[in-house]
Formats: sequence, C-alpha cells, structure tokens
Amino acid sequence: MTNKKTDIGIYIHIPFCIRKCAYCDFLSGPAGEQERTEYLTALLQEIAASGRKEGGPYRAKTVFFGGGTPSVLPGEQIGKILESLRQAFHVAEDAEITMEANPGTLTAEKLSRYRAAGVNRLSLGLQSMKNDELRLLGRIHTREDFFESFYLAREAGFDNINVDLISALPGQTCGSWEETLEETAALKPEHISAYSLIVEEGTPFYKMYGPGSSGELLLPGEEEDRKMYRRTAQLLGEAGYRRYEISNYALPGKECLHNLCYWTGIPYLGFGLGASSCFEGRRFSNTADWEAYLKNSENLALVRTVTEELTEKSLMEEFCFLGLRLSEGIDRKEFEERFKRPFGEVYGGVERRFVQMGLLEVRGRRLRLTEQGIDLSNQVMCEFLL
Amino acid sequence: MAADQKKIRNFCIIAHIDHGKSTLADRIIEKTGTLTSREMQDQILDNMDLERERGITIKSQAVRVIYTARDGEEYIFNLIDTPGHVDFNYEVSRSLAACDGAVLVVDAAQGIEAQTLANVYMALDHDLDVFPVINKIDLPSADPERVKSEIEDVIGIEAQDAPLISAKNGVNIEEVLEQIVEKIPSPSGDPEAPLQALIFDSVYDAYRGVIVFCRIKEGTVRRGTRIRMMASGAEYDTVEVGYFGAGQFIPCDELSAGMVGYITASIKNVKDTQVGDTVTDAGNPAGEALPGYKKVQPMVYCGLYPADGSKYGDLRDALEKLQLNDASLQYEPETSVALGFGFRCGFLGLLHLEIIQERLEREYNLDLVTTAPGVVYYVYKTDGSMVELTNPSNMPDPSVIEYMEEPFVSAEIMVTTEFIGPIMDLCQERRGVYLGMEYMETTRALLKYELPLNEIIYDFFDALKSRSKGYASFDYEMKGYVRSELVKLDILVNREEVDALSFIVFADSAYERGRKMCEKLKEEIPRQLFEIPIQAAIGSKIIARETVKALRKDVLAKCYGGDISRKRKLLEKQKEGKKRMRQVGNVEIPQKAFMSVLKLDDK
Repeated sequence: MTNKKTDIGIYIHIPFCIRKCAYCDFLSGPAGEQERTEYLTALLQEIAASGRKEGGPYRAKTVFFGGGTPSVLPGEQIGKILESLRQAFHVAEDAEITMEANPGTLTAEKLSRYRAAGVNRLSLGLQSMKNDELRLLGRIHTREDFFESFYLAREAGFDNINVDLISALPGQTCGSWEETLEETAALKPEHISAYSLIVEEGTPFYKMYGPGSSGELLLPGEEEDRKMYRRTAQLLGEAGYRRYEISNYALPGKECLHNLCYWTGIPYLGFGLGASSCFEGRRFSNTADWEAYLKNSENLALVRTVTEELTEKSLMEEFCFLGLRLSEGIDRKEFEERFKRPFGEVYGGVERRFVQMGLLEVRGRRLRLTEQGIDLSNQVMCEFLL
Repeated sequence: MAADQKKIRNFCIIAHIDHGKSTLADRIIEKTGTLTSREMQDQILDNMDLERERGITIKSQAVRVIYTARDGEEYIFNLIDTPGHVDFNYEVSRSLAACDGAVLVVDAAQGIEAQTLANVYMALDHDLDVFPVINKIDLPSADPERVKSEIEDVIGIEAQDAPLISAKNGVNIEEVLEQIVEKIPSPSGDPEAPLQALIFDSVYDAYRGVIVFCRIKEGTVRRGTRIRMMASGAEYDTVEVGYFGAGQFIPCDELSAGMVGYITASIKNVKDTQVGDTVTDAGNPAGEALPGYKKVQPMVYCGLYPADGSKYGDLRDALEKLQLNDASLQYEPETSVALGFGFRCGFLGLLHLEIIQERLEREYNLDLVTTAPGVVYYVYKTDGSMVELTNPSNMPDPSVIEYMEEPFVSAEIMVTTEFIGPIMDLCQERRGVYLGMEYMETTRALLKYELPLNEIIYDFFDALKSRSKGYASFDYEMKGYVRSELVKLDILVNREEVDALSFIVFADSAYERGRKMCEKLKEEIPRQLFEIPIQAAIGSKIIARETVKALRKDVLAKCYGGDISRKRKLLEKQKEGKKRMRQVGNVEIPQKAFMSVLKLDDK
C-alpha cells in the first residue's frame, strides 16, 4: 500500500528564539512559556486538520523543524509534534527528520529526548568559529558552546549533522573565514551549509551595515567576498565535501533530502506560522499573523493564502531557476519529457547567451551554472522567467 | 440682448504666483451669486486637475458674472483669467489685449515680486487701467502700508485707496467689486462696424469642434455669420455664439462690440484659430487685423519616446489629440538608434513640456522616455545657409559650420539685498551678462541680466530659490539670438555613441559638463555582467571617462523553509527592472538616465 503513496516533505515552523539575531529576516522572536503552549496546541490542530483532509495519499519522506530556534522547545513537545504527524500522515520508516538547533540551547538530556522522539538529523547554526564575529552577528553562543553542543550531539547518537556557516561577515577576513572552514571540516559534520551574507532590508543589520551606513566599511569588499566564496568550495572540496547546491556541501550520500524537495519539485507541506507549502499544484503560505493563526489553525482555508497557482509556464520556469541551484544543474531531456516541448524552443536563446558569456555550461544532457554563474545567479535565473 | 456697453467691465486679475489671483477670482464669482458657495469648488477657473495640483493656471479661462453695484445698476463683469507662467507670456499678452483693465493683486506680506512687475508692465503696455488690491491682510506679517507705498514708488500707480482684502477669508471683496465698476473703463467699439474679434484662447470639444474664446472689438457676430480668421485665412459658418457661465457655455443671439464670449463653427483644428488672430466677417471684412498677432514658436525641444516601443501609435494618437487643444505643441516623428521611434516635440518652455509629458502619462496612460530638453540653435554654414537645430543629433559636421547662435532672454530678478551676492554668482555661472540693478526700497533690488535660454531652462529657477532661501523671484522674456561658441557633446557607452544622450553645450563648459555627465551616468547605469566604459567626446576627442564596474555578486539569499514565491517575486522584480531599460549595444540603460543631463547641477 505504501507504493501508491506520493512522497512529500513536511516543514514545521517554530517561530521562537532566545534572542533575535541582527541579520535575521525570518519570522521569529523570543516567547514565554504560555505562548509556546498556545502555539503548540494550534500547531497540533493544524496538523490534525490537514491529516483528515489531505493526509491519505501522501507519505512524508522528510520532516524539517525550522525557525526560529526549534531547540527552545523541550523534547516532549517535539515528540508530540512528531506523534501528531505520524497520526496525520504516513511518515516513512527511514524519513529524514531534521531539527535546527542553536549551540547554547542544547543539553545531553535534551538531545537524547529529541533523538528518542525520532529526530535523526541536527542542523547547528554555528555561523562562525570566531567569537568576535559571532558577537557582531548578535548570536547568543560562543565557539566553545558550539564544540560542546557538537560533541554532546555525537554522544547522543546523532550521526547526521549539518553546520551552518556564513561568509562575508562584518569584520571577517578571508583568513578568518578559512580558519572557520578548516576547524569546522576537521569535526567532520556530514553536511555544511555555507552562505555568503546578504544584508536584508528590514533587519537591524541593514541599518548597521547597509548602503550608506557607518558600518558599511566593516563588511568585506567585493573582491574579498568573492575570494572567500571560492575558497569555500576549494577547502571543503579538499576535505571531502561535495558541493551539490549553490551553498550546500555534503559528504557522499549525506545531501539534505528535505532541501532537495525545494529544488526538484517534490511537493511539501508547511505547518505553523507563516510556513510555505507547494502542494497539489499550488504554492501557498500560512498567515504570518500570530493571533489569526492561533484562532484559525484548525480551519485550513482561513490559515492558508494561495500565493501562486502553478501553471505550465510557472512550472517550466521553476524547473529551471530552482534546478539551476543544484550543482548538477537541470536535465534538458527531463524538461522535454515533463513539458512535451523541446528545451531549445523555450530557452534556446537564453542558454546560448549565457553559455557564450561563460555563466552557464552544458554537460551532456545537463545545463548548469559555472563558478561565475553562481556568483551572478540572479542575473541568469531571472532570464528563465517567461 | 445687446447689452449697454456702459454696463460692461472686461478685466483680468494679474499677480505674482501665489499672491492669490485664483482665490480672488473665486470670491468674485461667489459674491456675485453666479454659484452658491456650496457649488463652489475651490479655484473654479483652474479646470484641469493639473492646474489645481500645481496651483497655476495653464489655459486662459473666462467667466461672466452679474454684479449689482451700490448705485443700484447691474453690471456685466467678464473676468478673464490669464496663465500664470512665463512659458505662456504670449497667451498672457493676448488675454490682456482682450481686457480694458486689470486688478493687480499684491501680497500684503511679500509686496512686489518679479512677476508683479512683469505683469503690470505688460498690462500698461496694452493701455489697461490697473488698480491695486492688497491681499492676505490676515497674515501676521502683513504690512499693507509698506506695500502701498512700494506700489506707488516702484510702479507709480496710485495705491492709497487700494482695497485691503483677504480673498481666502472673503474679507472686503465688495470693495474690489465696486472699484471694478469705478476704475475699469467700459468698452468701446461700434456694433455696426466690420467685425474684429480677438481670439485669446480656444478649446477643442469632441462634439462642437473648436470653441473660440474672443473679445469683440468692433462689429457683431451672430449665428450664421460666415467668419474668417485673418491670419490663417480659414473660413467657417458660425454655428453658435454665447458667453461664459461659471463652468458652462451659455448660448446667446449675438456678440457685439465690447462683449466677451465664444464662437463655434464646426472647426476641426485649433491650428485654424491661433491665439492672437482676428476673426472677421467674410462678407464684410475689416480692413486690417488687430495688432499683436504672432505665430507662436516653440522655445524648447525634446525627444519623446514610448518606453514600450510597440506603443508608438498610441503616442502619436495622444499627441494628435493634445494638439487639438494646444496649438503651441509641435511634434514630428524622429528615430533614435538608442530609443527607436518617437517624436521631436517643441514646447513654449519647460513647464509646458512637463505639463504635456504629465498629461500624456496620466490621461493617455503612456510610459515615456524623454530626452534632455534643448533650445533651438541657429547654425550658419560655410555655404551661407542657416539651419535651425532642434535635435543635437542633426548638428552638421563642424567643418561646414561658419558659426552658431543661441537664444538669449532678458531676465529680471527681484531679490532681498542680502542675497544679491549669491544670485549674481549664479547668473555669472550661467553666463549671464549683467545689465544693471535698481533698488526697489532699501532692502530689495531688481537685478537685470541677459542670460542664454539654454542655461535657464533646466533648473535655474530651483537654483535661484535655493540660493535666496526662497526670496528671489524671476521673470524673463525672449531677447533674440546671439553668436556663441557651441559644441556637440557625445556620450559613448561601452564605446558606442548613444545618440539620445548627445547635447549642445557652450564650448568653455564642455569639459565640466562632460565630466559631470559621465559621473551621473555612472550612478544611473546599474552594474552589469561586464565592465562598461562611459565616455564624453567632442568629435573624436574623448574628454571624460568613468567606468561602471562589472557586477560581481548577485546571489539569492538562503531560500528558507521553501518560500519559493518570495524568491520568484525577487526574480520577477529584477526582470521587470530590466524591461524598463533600453538596450544599447550590449548595455542596458535605465530610462531615467536619458534625463541625466538635467540633473548635472545637483548640489
């Protein structure tokens, strides 16, 4: 019976953190005990409602707890959420169940409870090995906290750990970034995400370091930024990590399956405040209004807002601009099978132009971004919009 | 209903901008009971939305009201509102010519300003009787006695019994009405003489054709009269005559000497009814036309292009329609390598240009690319011929140019004495020729300069205001053409000349303008996938260069929790941004960059 089910990914949003980081533009904030309880109740109701309405034909291959800082929730609460998911959906035996966690919020006991609840992959938000850089980011943890958390996680049996890193931080140099990379790789986490900082409008960071601010000069220059980015691929490559997506590196076979849902068109459902879904031909997202979510979480129609109907056109566009995030790029043959149109008829001009400029390259059936193409991926991707 | 000429008063209100001309007009209409105050919409004579928004009158307007004076008699007032901007000086002069007198409004706090003087002198030139009214006496800073003596000293007209009013609050308006009866002469003219009617404006109506606004100087016109426009020679049969109610046209049997009203005659084109022309009776024509007619020549030209090339036809249709109402708008098709198909358009001045541009964008929903406005240069060639140059791209090769001339204006700037220094510096920078200075009173002076039109059409007014903290006022009139050393400055983007960015510049200013232009374009042109040199050149000589560095990093941030829609929106925005650019060679140039030359003096 499981054969007939369609694989999906599930995202659970935990909008709580100990303190908001200065560069963060995600939906989250600090919260008290009572708010957490209220939220958990609403979340469980939403999951149950979805299970009743649409749970039948699907099998969850991945579950991802993101935030915020999901690790502010104790093990029992994570356990309850997973329990309700198992009631609402068929969650595969071997499902990848990831939880984001912040160093500094973890104890041995907490970790073993997460583990017991079914969490089998941990994503640690380290960002930098340098304490002064961490302070500028507004992080609550130190490098020592991270080491402790990492070892505790290993001891608790986590054999699939991701570490998040950010380059181009204020005050960072290529040298200090290389040290962060080397020290991280030396711990042999299974997966490393390495982003280059984007100063997002609306964050305190934008005021501190955005265009025209006094801190702008603290940000590494463009040359330095690109140098760090290149060194990332080199250093991690030498340490045995394969880059499989613009910013993601993994030991062989340890790619994040949940992340791949986003790029390869596997449907996913998001639960919780502001969570996004791509499901049954639509993209929708939950309300970002706290009160409204708590009140209506049982009524999916009230909680969800459709952001996009996936037409043939938008599916073609997504196939390309999402697929190009992957190192292997997009399979033109697959495009033709899926959309019954020659790739060249739709995108021949764009392909030629960017190949000529050295931003795209053809590898057999596949078309992918070059090194330089990755740096300028927005420029390339936007041309795939029809 | 041939009215008794003695009971008619034809007048206009003249004032410096913001001294309360339109507000007083409103009060006059209200007090004479033409409209109840409930029906009043503020500033009723300013019909266009644009006029209300900008607070200036663009088209001439007229209204007829009945006033029962203290002597118990009923008087017909024809109030002709005049455009309030130097761009429309000729229209103002024709409106004045249609009047017998003028009410001069002066702000009780500000006193006489540059436009006050220009308007008064123009009114006196037309032999109008002018009497002053002191407005805004409710202002705390009002000093009516000072302003009265200023009017007497500077203008030399009697001001002791000038009504002290607040048009805004409706204070003392009756006194103005009484003085209109007393001080403005009634019209003269013989209703039996051959027809001479002065056209002071016209509007196009989709059903009736052109509605001609006129003042009957001699003779009579009625339905059926075959009329002839003496300058254009066009003839039509009169369909209707009438006068101006508030906001509506009211037909009547005839218009005779001394009256102000309108004529319709199924006229299809405002070009046949040029402002200043004389309407006569084709069957019994006047011996000569009324004096003062001029064919209006555009002073400022620019290229107008549809942002979306496929909208060329829409732009042409829109210009055609606007021209029906505005004979001073001129246009002809042109093509640009950079911008494609568009029109070279001629305007009376920069305000006129802005108005047309805004109307095209608002009323016709067009997205436009405008090239930098320029004046008309005279190019004298070595073969003895002369070319009027309206588009820099058409400048002949320097080897065949004997010399060039550019238009100059005579400008009068009224300024408080503390700012004389900065304003003289400004005029100096703009190549002004100092003519003289007169003290109005101890604290204010009138500076007289001759200035190249080219130097004042862009931002002179703004510079004047900022350097005088808002205290300087300014008026000018065309003086004529003066020989000048001029060169064409070309801009090369990625080594390709962009024709739409070329401009004509005074030779000595070329280096600086070229440098600033390159700097400005460097700001305006976004970084692209390769390095882009921007160069300014005179002929084959490069005089300035800047470089737009290649784009190095443009990556989507972490795509979190699968919010693809948000990322899609970012990509769409980026793509949309590209659409609003013009592809020149390999380079994408934003539309607003084509106006860069206007902003070179940003301080």
